[in-house]
Amino acid sequence: MYSQNKILELRNLKKYYPVYGGVLRRVKNHVKALDGIDLDIYRGECVGVVGESGCGKTTASKAIVRLHTPTAGRILFHRNGRDDGESITDISRLKRGALKRKGIREKLQMVFQDPSTSLNPRMLVKHIITEPLREYTDLSSREMENRVVELLNMVGLSKTHLMRYPHEFSGGQRQRIAVARAIASHPEFLVLDEPTSALDVSVQAQILNLLLSLRDKFNLTYLFVTHHLLVVKYISTRIVVMYLGKIVEMSGTKDLFATPFHPYTFALLSGIPIPGSEQRMKRIVLSGDVPNPLNPPRGCRFHTRCPFAFKQCGDEEPGLEEIAPGHFSACHLKSRSRQKVRDKFGNGM
Amino acid sequence: MGNILEIKNLVVNFYTYEGVVKALNDVSFSVDHGSTFGLVGESGCGKSVTARAIMRIIQEPGRIESGQVILYPETVDGNGSVDLLKQSEAYMEDLRGNQISMIFQEPNAALNPIMSIGDQVAESFLFHQKQILCETILSELSDGQHRPSKAVLMCLKTIYGKAADDGDSFFFKLLGSVPFLRNWDRRLKSVAIRRAVSLIGKLGIPQPERIVNLYPHNLSGGMKQRIVIAIGLASNPLLLIADEATSNLDVTIQAQILELLKILKKDGISSILLITHDLGVVAETCDRVGVMYAGNICEIADVREVFEAPLHPYTRALLKSVPKINQDDRLASIPGNVPNLVNPPSGCRFHPRCMAALPICRHEAPALVNAHGRHLVACHNSSVA
Repeated sequence: MYSQNKILELRNLKKYYPVYGGVLRRVKNHVKALDGIDLDIYRGECVGVVGESGCGKTTASKAIVRLHTPTAGRILFHRNGRDDGESITDISRLKRGALKRKGIREKLQMVFQDPSTSLNPRMLVKHIITEPLREYTDLSSREMENRVVELLNMVGLSKTHLMRYPHEFSGGQRQRIAVARAIASHPEFLVLDEPTSALDVSVQAQILNLLLSLRDKFNLTYLFVTHHLLVVKYISTRIVVMYLGKIVEMSGTKDLFATPFHPYTFALLSGIPIPGSEQRMKRIVLSGDVPNPLNPPRGCRFHTRCPFAFKQCGDEEPGLEEIAPGHFSACHLKSRSRQKVRDKFGNGM
Repeated sequence: MGNILEIKNLVVNFYTYEGVVKALNDVSFSVDHGSTFGLVGESGCGKSVTARAIMRIIQEPGRIESGQVILYPETVDGNGSVDLLKQSEAYMEDLRGNQISMIFQEPNAALNPIMSIGDQVAESFLFHQKQILCETILSELSDGQHRPSKAVLMCLKTIYGKAADDGDSFFFKLLGSVPFLRNWDRRLKSVAIRRAVSLIGKLGIPQPERIVNLYPHNLSGGMKQRIVIAIGLASNPLLLIADEATSNLDVTIQAQILELLKILKKDGISSILLITHDLGVVAETCDRVGVMYAGNICEIADVREVFEAPLHPYTRALLKSVPKINQDDRLASIPGNVPNLVNPPSGCRFHPRCMAALPICRHEAPALVNAHGRHLVACHNSSVA
C-alpha cells in the first residue's frame, strides 16, 4: 500500500464562523462548521471525504490549503517525507507571505468544484497555467512555454489550446485546465473539492482516470472531497465520513463499504442509487434533515436522526475509537451497530 | 397496458445567433399508463427540452418545428386522443398542472419566495378545482354547522352556486371591484388551504398546519422539494413530469424523495416521466428507460434490459463509465465530448465517439427499430456486443 510517512496531520482542527446580531453587530453565536477533527494523511494515499452538504467537508479542505485561517487546532505539514523535527511545520497560523517563503504554498494546491467559475474568463489558457510557474519558478519565457505545453499534454490537451479562453472549452476540458494549473508547481498534496460534480458521467470518468494516472506518475497525495459515494469509492484508498463538523467514521475504502460501523454510514451506503439490477439492501431512510450547525444537538450529533439512538447518545458525545484495525467509528454502539441494523433492516449488506 | 402519452417525430430547434441548434431531432417514445418512464442522458442531450415541449413551455428562441405529442386522457383503452401541439393556449393553460404537471429541478427557483407555502399549494386548487371547492362549501353551508343569519346564508349559497357554474364570469369580476364584497372568496381560500394542509401531511411533512404559514426560505432543500411535489400532485395529474427532481439534493434526502415517489406510485396516482442524468436513480425507480444522446433517442427498453443487455454502443459506454459498488478495474470513459448541436455530426450523431462505428454510420442516421420484444434501438451495428 502507501508508504507510512505522514504528509499532513490535523490536530483538533476547528473553524467557527461568527454570526453577528443586534444593534451593535456583536458576535452572537458561531456556526461550528468544523468542530475538532483529527486526521493523519500519509504520503501517496487518496483520502476521500464524504458527507452531506453543510457537514464541513469544504471548510476542512479550505483550511488545509490555508484559504482561511482555522479558529483553533494545528495543521502539521511534513516536508520531504521526513519525520524529524526539522521538516515539520505548523501551517495553521502562518501568514500568506510566510507560507510562500517557506515553499509550502506551492506544495499544497487545490482544484475547485466548478471549472467555469474557478478559471478567470479574461485570461488565456496559457496565462492561466503560467501564473503558478511565474510565482514559484524562475524559468525563461521559452522554457515556460515548453512547460505549459508539457502540462497540457499531461492532462490530455494539446498545443492548439494554448491561445484560447476558458469559455471556448467544454466542462471536462475546463476541469483539465484547472488540474494542469494545480500540478504546475510540482505540488505534493492536492485538495480536490468536488472536481467532478459539475461534469457529465462520461466526462467524469475521464477526469477520474486522469487524476489516478497523475497520482501514480508524480506520487501525489489527494484529499478528495465529494458527496458522491461511488466516485469516492473508485478513487480513494481511505474514506472519512463527516457529519455536522465531526468525523464519524474513518477506514480503508474496502472496509468501509464491506463492514461499516456507524449508523450514519449505513444510511449513506444504503441510500446510494445503484445503476444496474444488483441485489441491494433495504434502504434506511433517515427522517428529517441535518440539524442547524448554529445549535448542534447535545451528545452525539447524529442522535436526532439515528434509528438506534438510546439515552446515552443524547447525553454523552462518543469519541472516535478504533474498532477494527485501522477502522475508526464514533458511536456508543461500537461494533454492536451491525447486529442492530441487521435486526431492523434485514440482511442485505 | 395502453399509452398515456405518445410522442411522435418531435423536432425542436433553437434559433440562436450562433446558428440553429437542433435540440431535438425526430424524437419518438411513449409512456404507458401507470408506469414510470425514465429519460436519461448527459447534459445538453435534450431531456429537458423534451419535457418542455410536452408542456409547450419552450422559451423564445426555441420553436417546435414538427411532430405530435398525443395525450390519451381517457383511461386504459386509449380512446379520445388529444394532440397537444394543435391545441389552443387556453386549453394548454387548463391542462398544465391539472392533467400534466411538472416538478422542476431547483426547488429554490420553482417556489415563489414571497408567497407562503400554503398559498402556493392552494393556488393550484383555486385555479383548477374551483368547482369542487365551491361544492364543498355549499354542502358545508347546508350542513348548518356555522349558522350565519338566514339572509347571509341565502346570499352565500347563491354566490358559491354561481361560482361553481362559472367562476370566471363577468359577475365575479364586478364583485371583485366592490369593497366588502370583494372578499367573497374568503371561504374558498380557506377550503383550499385546508386541502393543502392535508396534501402536505400526506407527503410525510410533520406539522403541516404550521408549514403552510411559512415561507420557502424557512424550509430546507428536501422539504422544499416535497412542497414542489405537493404542488405537482395537487390536482391528481395523469402524468407527472419530474425534471431532475433529486439532482441537487443530498444522498439521504434523495433517498427520502425516491422513497416518496415509490409510495406515490404504489397508491397508483399517476404515470411518471422521470428525467435524470443519474443511472442509479433510473435503476431504482423506472419501469422503462429511454436513453438520449445529442437530441436523439438511441435506445428504449425495460429497465432490466437496459442494464443487463444494452444494445446501443452509447448505452454500453455510459454504463461502463459510471463507478459501480463492486468496481475493481479502471473505469472506461467515452473519448471525446458531446457534439455541438449547431453543427451535429452527419449520419449517426454518436459515430465520432463510437467504438463500433461502421462506414454507413457516417452518412446515414439509423432509425429506431424494434430489436426484440419491446426493446427499441437506433444503431446500424447493434448486434455487436
